Amino acid sequence: MLFEQILFFIAGFGAIAGALGVAMLRNPFYSVLALVSHLIALAVLFLLLQAAFLAAAQVVVYAGAVMVLYVFVVAYVGGSDTPLRPTEGGLVNAFGPLVAVAVFVELTIAVVGSSLSGLGGRGPDVDASFGSPEAIGDLLLTKFLLPFEAASFLLLLAAVGAVVLSRKRRGLEDLDAPEGVAG
Amino acid sequence: MDTSWFVVLSAFIFCIGAAGVMSRRSPLVVLLCLELMLNAGNLALIAFSRMLGNGDGQIFALIVMVVAACEVVIGLGIIVGMFRRRLPIDVDEMSELRG
Repeated sequence: MLFEQILFFIAGFGAIAGALGVAMLRNPFYSVLALVSHLIALAVLFLLLQAAFLAAAQVVVYAGAVMVLYVFVVAYVGGSDTPLRPTEGGLVNAFGPLVAVAVFVELTIAVVGSSLSGLGGRGPDVDASFGSPEAIGDLLLTKFLLPFEAASFLLLLAAVGAVVLSRKRRGLEDLDAPEGVAG
Repeated sequence: MDTSWFVVLSAFIFCIGAAGVMSRRSPLVVLLCLELMLNAGNLALIAFSRMLGNGDGQIFALIVMVVAACEVVIGLGIIVGMFRRRLPIDVDEMSELRG
C-alpha cells in the first residue's frame, strides 16, 4: 500500500512536470520530448490502475509511433523558438491560463465535494486478469465489436486523408512545375 | 490510492492542456496540448473503470487513443501543407483553410 502511494506521487509529479513542459517550453522540439516523458509517467499510472494492456499500448503506440511522427514534422517545419507570450495584447494573453485555473478549481470542487461513495475507495478487488490483453480482446470482439470496426474504419480514413493532404499537387508548387502550369 | 486522487490529477493535466491550447500560437504546440487533454480524459476513464471493477472504461480509453492518433495524422498533414505553401506557422494568422 505504501509502495503504491510512493509510486503514485512519483508518477503523478512526472506527469505534471511533463505537461507543464509541453505547455511552457519555447522550442516545440523540447515540447515533444516533454510529452514523451509525460506519456511514460501516465503509463505508470495506468499500471497502478491495473490497466496493463493500455499501459503497454500507451508506451508502444503513443510514445513510440505518434511521437516519432511529431519529431519528424517538427524537424521538417523547423522548430523555431516562439515567444511564450507575444508582446501585443497583454490582457488577452492572460485570459487562457485564468480560464484554465478556474476550470481546475471548479472540477476539483465538483470531485472532492461530491458525495459519491466510490470516489473515496480504490474500487473492488479484481483478479489479476483485469485489464489484461485477453480481457480487452474479449470485450473488443464481443461487446464492443461495432466501435472496434468503426475505429478501424476511422484509421483507414485518416491514412487516406494524410496521403491526400501531403501529396504533391500539380501547379501549386511553383518551383516544381517546369512546364509553367498555371496554379 | 483513492480514485479521487487520480481524478483530480487528471483534471489538473486537462487544465494545463487547456491553458496551452488557449495561449500558445504555434499549431504544433496546440496539437501537443490537445494530446495532453485527451490523455487526461483517458486517465479519468481508466480510474473510473478501476473504481467500478468493470473493463468497459478501458475500451473507451483505447478508442480515444485511436481518435487521438487520427487527429495527429490529419493535424500534422495540415501543418505540413501550411509550411509548403509558405504560410505563417501561427494560429492567429491562419483564420481560414480555403485553398
